Amino acid sequence: MSTKKTAVVCFLVVAVVLLLLYTLVALRIIDEYTSQVLTVAGINVIIALGLNLISGFTGQLALGHAGFMAVGAYTTAALVMKLNVPIFPAMLGGALMAALFGFLIGLPTLRLRGDYLAIVTLGFGEIIRVVMINLPKLTGGPAGLKGIPTFTTNFFWRPVLSFAMVYFTLALVVVFLSNLLKSSHGKAIISIREDEIAANAMGINVFYYKIFAFTLSAFIGGLGGALYAPFFGYLSPNMFNFQKSVEFLIIVVLGGMGNLTGTVLAGIGLTYLQEILRFLKDYRLVIYPVILIIVMIFQPSGVMGLFGNREFSLTAIINKLIGKSPNREKSADKAGEV
Amino acid sequence: MLKVENLDVYYGNIHALHAVSFEVKEGEIVTLIGANGAGKTTTLHAISGLIPIAAGSVRFLDQDLTSLTPHKIVELGLTQVPEGRRIFANLTVKENLEMGAFTRKDRKGVNDDYERIFTRFPRLKERLKQVAGTLSGGEQQMLAIARTLMSRPKLVLMDEPSMGLAPLLVKEIFDIIKEINATGTTILLVEQNAQLALTIADRAYVLETGRVVLQGDAKELANSEEVRKAYLGG
Repeated sequence: MSTKKTAVVCFLVVAVVLLLLYTLVALRIIDEYTSQVLTVAGINVIIALGLNLISGFTGQLALGHAGFMAVGAYTTAALVMKLNVPIFPAMLGGALMAALFGFLIGLPTLRLRGDYLAIVTLGFGEIIRVVMINLPKLTGGPAGLKGIPTFTTNFFWRPVLSFAMVYFTLALVVVFLSNLLKSSHGKAIISIREDEIAANAMGINVFYYKIFAFTLSAFIGGLGGALYAPFFGYLSPNMFNFQKSVEFLIIVVLGGMGNLTGTVLAGIGLTYLQEILRFLKDYRLVIYPVILIIVMIFQPSGVMGLFGNREFSLTAIINKLIGKSPNREKSADKAGEV
Repeated sequence: MLKVENLDVYYGNIHALHAVSFEVKEGEIVTLIGANGAGKTTTLHAISGLIPIAAGSVRFLDQDLTSLTPHKIVELGLTQVPEGRRIFANLTVKENLEMGAFTRKDRKGVNDDYERIFTRFPRLKERLKQVAGTLSGGEQQMLAIARTLMSRPKLVLMDEPSMGLAPLLVKEIFDIIKEINATGTTILLVEQNAQLALTIADRAYVLETGRVVLQGDAKELANSEEVRKAYLGG
């Protein structure tokens, strides 16, 4: 019963925080520039969370999440513009298409051990980009796809709605992933990273869980792209280059492989940093790797490694405030971290 | 209970097992002994479905295992304690045990088994919420065994349980193996420490470069001139 109560309180806290943020954006207390950057950051975080699921939690390195993002973005745009599908089903369609690609890539490669997934996803990201360049009817070719309908044409509500959509989705993804990872399915996924042979020997269907994690990871990557298309209103194949995939990987590594809280913090932090460093023009691309090298030398487990790789858990805080004993097994069922 | 016949396994071009045949009867402790590279671990992995079999058959409780995936084999009641413990280092002791019971759906039976494990391994109960990687070597081996027992196996394959442990701990682990066997679990034990393995086993098979070269009663083998010379240090 009281677990349920905690969950309700959790939900309310998240809802209130989100509404508060929306109000701040609507009243322009968070100015339009900041809200735009935060929206981009939110999208980056969503995709990086997807990447963390397969690379951080399942232990399978993937290097092509910009590709899944592109599939999600272009599919959404095509569904809306060519087939007049309403925006929300179109976004879902975009994410599902990315998931389908993930599934098809995973099927042959995840049977193999080692770095095959990294190589194949690396290739996939580049192939998708080149295909997009060469499909001008659907994608506008190298010049890009203009005039994608945004969430709203209303000048005042547009940034608010984009922000709201992205952070609502982000909250959903976080709650879903943190619950998944606490379930026995999630533990099975983590045990594959820990020791694949032992996981196999314990009767965990390693291949099934790898496929599951990778497909879900691609779905979340596609979801990020699906949000990006109507937010930005313009897509170009070169937005989704290898550089972009590496950016997501840097977010995951910097935040801590296998830590959701770290990905959220690093995603927002790095997106901001990119804006701050804009005056450096192309030289900012040098700063990124330098940061990564420094972190790898001094803090290889990422930012959250400083905190024992723990997760920020709203449930734990609420339980403490209500004064319930921190019974981990029961309270861990539902956690909302934002 | 387990019948292995003419098992052939290849690693690429390397012919690792040559027509290996042996049998484990219900309630026994059977040991496979042999030097490094004799094919002991390979045999266990082939039985568990972790590596493909080129030829021959593996039957467990009258079922053919050759075409089954590892998790199906675990569901049938044949689980392995892998070599080098291979616990999930970043998961807690409790979570490691949960993973052992992964294939089981009977909640109540699983909870009963936790209690049983805690009485047998009181030290694991003390460390339940500790991250498994922080356990000592002996405790990790106990966890690896406990994790396997959580699947409620009928036959346990144990791969080098004495590896890297102090002599005193080795004795403790072997006492535990005997205990497990006494409660009705059949055991196939792979060991380099042939002397110790032969003292607790009922029967033994000696592997040499992928072939079974000797077999028989454990005590007889322990006394045989050939085995003494090759594996027991004279």
